[in-house]
Amino acid sequence: MFSKGTKRKFSDGDEEISDESLVGARVASSYSLQRQSLLDMSLIKLQLCHMLVEPNLCRSVLIANTVRQIQEEMTHDGSWHMVAEAFCSAGQSPSERLVATEVLCRSREQDAEPKLFSVISYEGCREEEVVADETLCSVSVSDTVSNVCLAGRIGQCWEKSELSGVERDEEALEDSRLGSGEDEEIDTKDRASTESPKTIGQVFGTFEIKNGSPGPDSALEELFSDVDTSYYDLDTMLTGMQSAPKMGPYDILDSLAPSHSSPSIVSTPNCRSDLNELDHIMEIIVGS
Amino acid sequence: MADIISTVEFNYSGELLATGDKGGRVVIFQREQESKNRLLSRGEYNVYSTFQSHEPEFDYLKSLEIEEKINKIRWLPQQNAAHFLLSANDKTIKLWKISERDKRAEGYNLKDEDGRLRDPFRITTLRVPVLMPMDLMVEASPRRIFANAHTYHINSISVNSDYETYLSADDLRINLWHLEITDRSFNIVDIKPANMEELTEVITAAECHPHQCNVFVYSSSKGTIRLCDMRAAALCDRHSKFFEEPEDPSSRSFFSEIISSISDVKFSHSGRYMMTRDYLSVKVWDLNMENRPVETYQVHEYLRSKLCSLYENDCIFDKFECCWNGSDSAIMTGSYNNFFRMFDRNTRRDITLEASRENSKPRAMLKPRKVCTGGKRKKDEISVDSLDFNKKILHTAWHPKENVIAVAATNNLYIFQDKIN
Repeated sequence: MFSKGTKRKFSDGDEEISDESLVGARVASSYSLQRQSLLDMSLIKLQLCHMLVEPNLCRSVLIANTVRQIQEEMTHDGSWHMVAEAFCSAGQSPSERLVATEVLCRSREQDAEPKLFSVISYEGCREEEVVADETLCSVSVSDTVSNVCLAGRIGQCWEKSELSGVERDEEALEDSRLGSGEDEEIDTKDRASTESPKTIGQVFGTFEIKNGSPGPDSALEELFSDVDTSYYDLDTMLTGMQSAPKMGPYDILDSLAPSHSSPSIVSTPNCRSDLNELDHIMEIIVGS
Repeated sequence: MADIISTVEFNYSGELLATGDKGGRVVIFQREQESKNRLLSRGEYNVYSTFQSHEPEFDYLKSLEIEEKINKIRWLPQQNAAHFLLSANDKTIKLWKISERDKRAEGYNLKDEDGRLRDPFRITTLRVPVLMPMDLMVEASPRRIFANAHTYHINSISVNSDYETYLSADDLRINLWHLEITDRSFNIVDIKPANMEELTEVITAAECHPHQCNVFVYSSSKGTIRLCDMRAAALCDRHSKFFEEPEDPSSRSFFSEIISSISDVKFSHSGRYMMTRDYLSVKVWDLNMENRPVETYQVHEYLRSKLCSLYENDCIFDKFECCWNGSDSAIMTGSYNNFFRMFDRNTRRDITLEASRENSKPRAMLKPRKVCTGGKRKKDEISVDSLDFNKKILHTAWHPKENVIAVAATNNLYIFQDKIN
């Protein structure tokens, strides 16, 4: 972005070049302005749903896909991190967006709209997951630190709003959630348990299961006993008693990561810092 | 008071024309018998029956209203004196029987003409009741209610060529029903992802093949059509054929996916072709060729430069339908400003007509319309910016045998016929 108010000097040699680059920059910035306004429009459309009648799923999916497209392009451009910072720092519109997401999530049951909006949060999560996998398997991750910082924060921002939305949802519709929620959580746990032992094996070598209790779960629990195990407590998750945020599949991977990754990845979320982050976000929303 | 018409459908003979509206009402028109005396007059369509098909409901679990708007009507082939049709709102399909009563029995023994029971002691003779003519009464009665099978909004219903089964499709699933059985249906397509966060594509329309009762197609919001064979598996999640036109990279934009979303799919009467409608065009596909359509017709290409505004006002999500004529030689679809377009597949000629009261008197010829796309606007042309995007023709129908068309313009129904020479 070029600064405003820069006076162009009338000089022969440079003029044409600066003209072109100026025009080019203007075209580029007008494109990115248009793209930004399209993104804003799309987000507003997703938020402004009829509360009384179920909104059109096709329309919502198409808008969500458009938003994702724009996000992907902006990520490649490198302009996404600026948007993410805008989201995560104090500001009028980002917090409105977060609040509106909650409103959106609150009035729906599990199957409907909020999951679409969390498609966007899925993007943020995916980036976190990629980093987490790398840290599980590889040694140095220095280059990706900054990306992790920002990617982590994007995911969190979207996810936190969706999480609190889902919390309220679950309070309201505890019974209907139980059925499918149960399957989701069990699958997640199984997946996490079966995926990690291989990589853990690589890092730590073989280990014995001392207690002979069912599955690799107990072995994991032993290894990560310093981690707050209430998050792994199936009962907590199943009963929908949400003092802790709902754990998606990528959350568990993230929680496992810090135990054997380089300490420079401070900003990769882990269970205990989740609450701190949540407080931080709430502070921004509340505007204190 | 007329409500917004949401579906239009001729029956198999073309004698009846059904419309459904946003208020859940169905209005059926019947064609007058052609009078031999008045050679120049063709049968006109008059109201035959009106009934309330669906009522608004409230889903208490989700705290949401279920609209009574009729999304689709499909006629069953006529098998006796009565007529049957299926009408569907977002969640429930109903089978209606429309029957005529033009005689009534008189001379009952146990009750008198008012219907009051006669005093048995007063009955001294027996008589046989006689059928006497009466004013025609058309009765509509719900014969079956197919409910609770759709979590998402029903967008299509289609009667199978076996005349025993039909399919109903919502955003994520397609169910197969037997017309006699209401308490269960078979799920034949399910594209709901395990994690709803991964949802990127929905079902937009579905139709049974006109002759092969094991074949059906469904279209998606990503511009693809899948043809499925029910003999292959109980759950037809794997398609037999996959139709998709490769994207033109030069015209790619953020709106590409939205405008490629297919709003309607219709088999030709022959069963050899199918037609799809996306936002800007109509495409005819040969069922034997999956990689591209055989014909493409531009409906309103001048809107391509206005996509951003159309996205803003939500018009880009309008779902236009399309239809074939009886011989599959022509196709028709709607546009904005109460315009509708017809394409002749043989001559490649197309015409734009307008359905509006101001511009057409009864029995007057419709004047072809033209949209000016740029430069100087000629007389009688209309510029793109003057188009009224609130006047959209989403629903049209073509008589199965003759050149009679029905065009729904918001809350008005227009019926046009070929001029007789």
